[in-house]
Amino acid sequence: MTENNNILSDEIVLEARGITKQFPGVLANDNINFDLRKGEIHALLGENGAGKSTLMNLIYGLHNPDKGEILVNGKPTAINSPIDSIKLGIGMVHQHFMLIPVFTVAENIMLGDETVKNGMLDQKAVAAKITQISSQYGLEVDPTALVGQLPVGTQQRVEIVKTLYRDAKIVILDEPTAVLTPQEADDLFRIMRDLTARGVSIIFITHKLKEVLAIADRITVMRAGRTVGTVLPKDTTSEKLATMMVGREVNLVIIKKQAVPKEPMLTVTDLHVNDVRDYPAVRGVSFEVRAGEVLGIAGVQGNGQTELAEALSGLRPTKKGHVLLAGKDITNKTPRVITQAGLANIPEDRQQHGLILSYSIGDNMALCDYYHQPFSKRGVMQPKALDENAQKLIKAFDVRTPSAFVSAGKLSGGNQQKVIVARELSRSVKLILASQPTRGLDVGSIEYIHGEIIKMRDRDVAVLLISAELDEILALSDRIAVMYRGQIVAIVDTKKTTREQLGLWMAGAHVQTPQ
Amino acid sequence: MDWKRFGFIALIITLLIGTVVYVGQTRQTPILIITSMLATTIAVATPLTLGALSGVYCERAGVVNIGIEGMMLTSAFFGWLGGIYMFQIFHMAAGVSIMFGVFFAIITGGLMALLLAALSITFKVDQIIGGTVINILAVGLTGFLNRQLFFGKGSVFGGNVPSSPGVLPTIHVPITEIFASLCGSSATCLENVQAINRVFDQKPIAISAILLVFISHYILFNTRWGLRTRAVGEHPRAADTVGINVIKMRYANVIIGGMFAGLAGAYFTIESVPSFEPLLTNGRGFISLAAMIFGNWTPIGAWAAALVFGASQALLINMQIFRDVIPPQLAFLQESYIVGLTPYILTMIILTGIIGKTTPPAADGVAYEK
Repeated sequence: MTENNNILSDEIVLEARGITKQFPGVLANDNINFDLRKGEIHALLGENGAGKSTLMNLIYGLHNPDKGEILVNGKPTAINSPIDSIKLGIGMVHQHFMLIPVFTVAENIMLGDETVKNGMLDQKAVAAKITQISSQYGLEVDPTALVGQLPVGTQQRVEIVKTLYRDAKIVILDEPTAVLTPQEADDLFRIMRDLTARGVSIIFITHKLKEVLAIADRITVMRAGRTVGTVLPKDTTSEKLATMMVGREVNLVIIKKQAVPKEPMLTVTDLHVNDVRDYPAVRGVSFEVRAGEVLGIAGVQGNGQTELAEALSGLRPTKKGHVLLAGKDITNKTPRVITQAGLANIPEDRQQHGLILSYSIGDNMALCDYYHQPFSKRGVMQPKALDENAQKLIKAFDVRTPSAFVSAGKLSGGNQQKVIVARELSRSVKLILASQPTRGLDVGSIEYIHGEIIKMRDRDVAVLLISAELDEILALSDRIAVMYRGQIVAIVDTKKTTREQLGLWMAGAHVQTPQ
Repeated sequence: MDWKRFGFIALIITLLIGTVVYVGQTRQTPILIITSMLATTIAVATPLTLGALSGVYCERAGVVNIGIEGMMLTSAFFGWLGGIYMFQIFHMAAGVSIMFGVFFAIITGGLMALLLAALSITFKVDQIIGGTVINILAVGLTGFLNRQLFFGKGSVFGGNVPSSPGVLPTIHVPITEIFASLCGSSATCLENVQAINRVFDQKPIAISAILLVFISHYILFNTRWGLRTRAVGEHPRAADTVGINVIKMRYANVIIGGMFAGLAGAYFTIESVPSFEPLLTNGRGFISLAAMIFGNWTPIGAWAAALVFGASQALLINMQIFRDVIPPQLAFLQESYIVGLTPYILTMIILTGIIGKTTPPAADGVAYEK
């Protein structure tokens, strides 16, 4: 990404003064001051729960502030609903897209601002306006396509067109790169630059430090509902930003020793797995993971990683092929057999597959072992054993909770993940299968979980890490396999590859597989 | 709507009509049987069609309505009662009283729907429970009032059910008059034209139901209202972020849906038979729901599915007419409790999804929380 040397305009298009918002139990925004200049990209950086999204929802009118005022183009305004903010030229691209999959692109874009002719929706006029915006800003979209059938990157473009369709001059992008490949992200940055060149001002919300340094004109850091400070990219570094975000020094680089791989722990041979709709999702995958090494599986989401993980953990039947765990055939075995064979599973969706949210932390921590001693005697649960186990793990894995009896659903994402990690890693395991282990977590929790994974590796446990975050793959893995359309297109030593090379493989550029 | 689905519908209707033609061939010509079956099918499909439309409006906006049955029952009662009041107490003309009856039925449906809307949208009660509340309330309320007003000592009308203003008249479509001249002097030709004419001679609610199917389809898929309705049923948050008032859209659509169920209720006591008996809707509200699902939440699809159920009811009626000429190898058709099972068996087949899966609106049944 090229350095942006534009001289910043002094014209302030949006200003938030002394914004305070109290939610039950949380002071989400505490006297926030923030301003956005015309044609700039102003990054809002902070961990989950720092109050970034709350501030944006207040500016966009989804919530109303308790105190403070918002000025648009220098004028104080009352923004009570999205209609008000849209009228003021504010558009927002939400982290979870606000698109209706069964509607066409044109229907999605016009929704709420429809053009009607003789009582009928004027699809033609809308399509014409979309095409005009597309060509003006270089945002190619097909107005007649069904949104649900478009790739994620294109859906995001539809969202941006949607804001421009309403003549937005201020665009808020909430974690826009979370779902993109590195190449798609670069494309988005180009679009953002194009927009600012045309006088659009952008608020860019993220927790990724590299992106902020690459694209932002100014950076405001938030922590625990307050702004910590506003800096220019040239005056700061990743480390300084991380310290501002977390409030203490953070190890961004994981310090790890050279891996000492031992005997193969997991051997997968020609594995075929179908997805929910029974279409092939994993198509002939073979690899092995050795004790004492981390094999990272990189790839854009939806290329078969989910199905691979489910097949390995016994949640999804395999169509063909074999899986050996520590020499034992676990192909198509039940999750319990596989768990007993030594698998620790940190699933992709921690709330759906990792925890029973309505159960207490203590019960969740015993989910793999509840059926035998000491947790259960002759079919009767032993509360004392459960509690002792919970107390021990809460302490050892630093789970922040008032007690072991709190239901898992009440914890923050980071602490929920710690409960899972505690349960899985406290057993004697031979292989850790970690899918997106740090998705949506704050920097502090990420640091902790990464540390635990490396600690286990150094104790000669094999680790299979599946992640869509290339940074995470590069930081933890000793070897990297890239998955594309259900196949492994490359397996390389981490030291012998680059981000760019991996990005190309992830996008499907087939290169000779180096050994 | 896919062709497999329409093909299945056409096949079943053909099969049902064919059975009657076969059974009744010794007594009547096929054309007379076919036209009379079609006429009956359209007429008896009316409450199912309107009930299914009721479901389409509610569920497209994201509110599951299993209370259609109860809404129909309550509306049938109050529509009928309203007509009697106007006729007996206010001494209005029969025609005017009937019109008032229809009006009361529609309002009753709307009010019952308002209750469902309040429960499920504002108070976020589980929508299945909300609908069940409506159904139970309907049975209790109509049964109680029916007894208090019309039966036993001390009842308002002193134990006599007063005569109602009657039923809606059949609207004659002048097909015979227009085409009779083409037949010349052929008596069979004239008879056939008259027979075909009978298919189109329907009562006002039946005709409205068909018109409303197409109007609703147009509204849902070609207008701003329809786009917004579908949006709040698919992804209410997305609708909210573009400035659509999700709560208002849902309330409005549920109430409109209730009014459709109200009109369906009017069919029973104001268009079909001028009397009320407890539980007279007899599961038709639930069959409407099956029709709505089979029609994939589209008005035209739901109507086609309602016609299947209408045809199976027409079969039951005709089997009673032709009871004495049923050939011995089809003796089981004499048993009305066997033939009467047809709509329920069809419902079960349809809901298994073997005729192709249908997809409800994504946010159907989920209360919206900001």
